Amino acid sequence: MQRYLLGRLISLALSLLVASLVIFAVIEVVPGDAASYMLGLNASEETVAALRDRLGLNEPPPLRYLHWVAGMLRGDFGQSYTYRVPVAELVGQRLAVSLPLALYALLLAVAIAFPAGLLAAARRGRGLDAAVMGATQVGIALPNFWFAMLLVLAFALHWRIFPAGGFPGWGEPLAGLRALTLPAVALALPQAAILARVLRSALIETVGQDYIRTARAKGLTAGQAILHHALRNAMVPVLTIMGMQFSFLLAGAIIIENVFYLPGLGRLIFQAITQRDLIVVESVVMILVFAVIVVTFLVDLAYAAIDPRLRKRA
Amino acid sequence: MRPSFMLGLILSLLALAAALVSLVWTPHDVAALSIAEKLKPPSPMHWLGTDHFGRDIASMLMAGARTSIAVALVAVGIGMGAGVPLGLLAAARTGTLTDEVVMRGNDLIFAFPSLVIAILITAVFGPSAVNAIIAIGIFNIPVFARVARGGALGLWTLDFIRAAEVAGKGRTRISAEHILPNILNLLIVQGTIQFSLGVLAEAGLSYVGLGAQPPTPSWGRMLAEAQTMVTLAPHVAIFPGLAIVLTVLGLNLLGDGLRDRLDPRLGRGP
Repeated sequence: MQRYLLGRLISLALSLLVASLVIFAVIEVVPGDAASYMLGLNASEETVAALRDRLGLNEPPPLRYLHWVAGMLRGDFGQSYTYRVPVAELVGQRLAVSLPLALYALLLAVAIAFPAGLLAAARRGRGLDAAVMGATQVGIALPNFWFAMLLVLAFALHWRIFPAGGFPGWGEPLAGLRALTLPAVALALPQAAILARVLRSALIETVGQDYIRTARAKGLTAGQAILHHALRNAMVPVLTIMGMQFSFLLAGAIIIENVFYLPGLGRLIFQAITQRDLIVVESVVMILVFAVIVVTFLVDLAYAAIDPRLRKRA
Repeated sequence: MRPSFMLGLILSLLALAAALVSLVWTPHDVAALSIAEKLKPPSPMHWLGTDHFGRDIASMLMAGARTSIAVALVAVGIGMGAGVPLGLLAAARTGTLTDEVVMRGNDLIFAFPSLVIAILITAVFGPSAVNAIIAIGIFNIPVFARVARGGALGLWTLDFIRAAEVAGKGRTRISAEHILPNILNLLIVQGTIQFSLGVLAEAGLSYVGLGAQPPTPSWGRMLAEAQTMVTLAPHVAIFPGLAIVLTVLGLNLLGDGLRDRLDPRLGRGP
């Protein structure tokens, strides 16, 4: 187990290193000079020179890279150019929206996908299976921002059950949760469709194994055999997808956050890109990639917990 | 032939036909503005109604199909063009440093939140259909590399490949002459799936204003423009969305059907 952990940790560190180099390089190739890019066409030469100085653009790139990384390791992500506040503070505020939204959506996706996938696998080849699989095909094809618009049309404008957009903050937790409900549903449904399909095929694969036949021979019903024996073994592919989906929900909510005017991380990065606030862009992309890589790492550890055979491989 | 495969084939061909026909004919001029005719519901004159500029929605959808298909097609081309050779190379040199570098590079691209990077690319280099294609295409590369490597690894252990090696063919030549034709099925199936994801991604990028720019018609941008008018005239939001759903659904069903037909090992599953 220790060797497995060590191997995973080394690969985690390497991924982070390469990712930071790639992000730094992409920002470096911004056409022209970063300071004039950020200030736009009408900036005077003095302002550009002052910003160059403040951003440390007169230093050679390798040194700037080291400063950036060293700063991040201390929790200092630089200062936003447009908001005039530390990036770390901005990200903290935005995460208070994005993280609950991603968790809410993942929870909904699991709550829809698990019963659907289990039912479809248990009734394989029958009408219910076909209905669930047909529904998941439509779910996968659904652009979540269009689905979000339909949800707003129905549940915010027609029935007025949920707000059409905006976020009141967590002062009133219930109001906050209400504001996140439609976005979470819009994000969750396509993900639930994917998850249900993966769960169904993983279950069908495990149900064909000998030990399930043994369990059935001992007198378990098909449902009991799936719940007590097949589900745990089917969890490896399901966890992989769930890990990827969580990262997607955290980073990929950009479009949905724009539909609902939610002050989340996705909207922050989108605004930073359009306002050319490169410091925010660079650091937020790094934080997102960090989150994705760490989630992947945790999923790897979860595999080992679920399936002891995987610990030996590594 | 299974009904779902037929449905997928029909829907995909419909989208393709709409795109091709739009090159020579649309019911109305896509660019013709007619404010007097704005936000009209579907009628015999305008089958799917008109938008806030009085443009004919059916015509815009046909022309939008062209953008979606072109972007997704070229993005799949980029993914295949770069990913397949990389995957074949990794499989031919399995266990070596080359293999390791290619596969770790793949993992790294997977770790990047694709939408964020697509937005970053289009923002840094300016929003356009071409940059959208590049952004979507980059994320197709690791997918095809993985599929190609996975398929090729299984083949390298087979006797006919060993025979080719004994006959003195190099690993590159074997990859091109014997491995590639035998993994073509896998690549076609994956290509259909990536194609449908490309259509979705293009719609998303255009929706936030980073895809095809006006006056090029695009389904995603039609939805963005419809958003503020959705209460006045729901049809302006419903039809472009339906176009996306039906095209993506068609491509996915087509991909699933092709997989069943091309891969005999899967048998006639449920």
